[in-house]
Amino acid sequence: MAGRETAIEQVVEMNELLEVQGIGKRFRGLLAVDDVSFRIPQGSIFAVIGPNGAGKTTLFNMIAGVIAPDRGRISLDGARIDGRRPDEICRRGIGRTFQLVRPFLGLSVEDNVMIGAMLQRPDLRAARRHAHDVLERVDLVGKRAQIASALTLPDRKRLEVARALATDPKLLLLDEVMAGMRPAETDRMVSILTELNRGTGLTILLIEHVMRAVMALAGRVLVLHHGAAIAEGPPGAVMREPAVVQSYLGAEAIA
Amino acid sequence: MQFVFAGASGRAWVLLAILLAVLCAAPWLAGDYLLTVLITILYLAYVGQAWNVMMGFAGQLSLGHAIYVGLGAYAAAVLYVDFGIAPWIGILAAIAIAAACGALIGYLAFRFGVGGVYFAILTIAFAEFARIGFDHFGWVGGSAGFFLPVANYARNDLWNLRGNPTMFYYVMLALTAAGFALCHALLRSRTGYYWQAIREDEEAARSLGINTFRYKMIAVVISGAMTAVAGVFFAFYYNNLFPEQVFHISRSIEIILGPIIGGIGAPFGPIIGAFLLTGASELMQNVLIAIGFDVPGAKQVFYGVALLLVVIVLPGGVWPWLAARLRLSKS
Repeated sequence: MAGRETAIEQVVEMNELLEVQGIGKRFRGLLAVDDVSFRIPQGSIFAVIGPNGAGKTTLFNMIAGVIAPDRGRISLDGARIDGRRPDEICRRGIGRTFQLVRPFLGLSVEDNVMIGAMLQRPDLRAARRHAHDVLERVDLVGKRAQIASALTLPDRKRLEVARALATDPKLLLLDEVMAGMRPAETDRMVSILTELNRGTGLTILLIEHVMRAVMALAGRVLVLHHGAAIAEGPPGAVMREPAVVQSYLGAEAIA
Repeated sequence: MQFVFAGASGRAWVLLAILLAVLCAAPWLAGDYLLTVLITILYLAYVGQAWNVMMGFAGQLSLGHAIYVGLGAYAAAVLYVDFGIAPWIGILAAIAIAAACGALIGYLAFRFGVGGVYFAILTIAFAEFARIGFDHFGWVGGSAGFFLPVANYARNDLWNLRGNPTMFYYVMLALTAAGFALCHALLRSRTGYYWQAIREDEEAARSLGINTFRYKMIAVVISGAMTAVAGVFFAFYYNNLFPEQVFHISRSIEIILGPIIGGIGAPFGPIIGAFLLTGASELMQNVLIAIGFDVPGAKQVFYGVALLLVVIVLPGGVWPWLAARLRLSKS
């Protein structure tokens, strides 16, 4: 019996890169994330949306290893990663950006990305070459000699994407990477991410407020509200669901 | 704090070569007084370099570096006086003891998430603990001190570090040059880049797969071990050790002034800082004596004013400014 279950699981998980099963996190009295489950297939773009305080960042931090879930499990490529340290999770193949960008401000753009590249490339020259390639992909190669503190916010956001990409992740976690960008900058980021996803097969998990970007990028969307998943599906269908409309616009909108 | 870590250009290397040549020739050019001043400068440049590995490279503020000087000094001195072991072998014991002490402090702090100013306070606490402990450590003399035999040596005995100031000068010059070369290489290694990432933003560093605990530990151990080597020199140069002097917090502060004035984070910083601070304060003292204004404490006032000026005018230290002025850095 047990053997058969394992066999079935293996078949199901074959092309699932990330699997989140019933995870929950409570901060004192506040249930930040309550029994959330979802699966992200290899090569897809998955978005998590929801109003402020819905638990998106807590969910993100549990996947990235910043906080450990109270219950449930998170698996990458079939191996459990919940409760591991952020550096271990990165070594297992998850790259991340920060909601409030945290580039290494005193270092050059190239050194920022090279530090990411060194994870898989002990040889510094190889790391620098890889950093150069990654900077080309995010359209920052012209600014590689600049000190990171001299960059504008949209450039810093792309630098963070580049730095995470340089670690050769299987899954890229993006925490509100479009926030604070003008529409033109958002479109530029959308096209960079689309290119990465199509060109290299990179799997992406977005946490995002900017619906324009979610609609353009995500194949599937999960909606969180008060810590619980209230809807999941293709973005167009999800946005028409009454529960989602209500959570975003308030009860009056559908009354 | 804005750090500047520009790589040095060809011009900087030419200037460094000239400086090194002048320093090599110094015993023929300088009198006894100037030579002892130069020894102090090189000593401070070296310990500043060692401290800079922790603070300037990895961003971990130690305000208790005197503990590594003291442990190294006592270890080698006791081995020499009580067991007849030559200082160049005693140095290995000094390095091992200081590295173990650094590892202990680092483990306690980093394992339990003690960071920032709290880490600095922990380093002070350990140095004070060592000072008071050695005060009551009768086997090595306690507060009455520990002494190395002083005799007039007809010729320099480099193996036992017994000799005239010229010999000590060259030993210290070699140490300073080696410390500079080591730090220069470290900063450009994978470990050095990981240190800089941790210094800039530890959480971001972790997200890139860097085991920040391990790399902070490496920084403390290397910094402590390097500092202990200076402690061995200290013991054999001054021939006396008092816990109230070697472990005193003013020693720890003295170590960090040079790098702060010269520029934290760059291997040139501690060297420039040591020359500026010690050189200028000695010059000041001589000028004060010459004009008949020999007031005790005038030197300390000068230190304070110089520190204030640099912090206000050049918050990054002298080296970044100098490098930009002389176009010594690459960018």
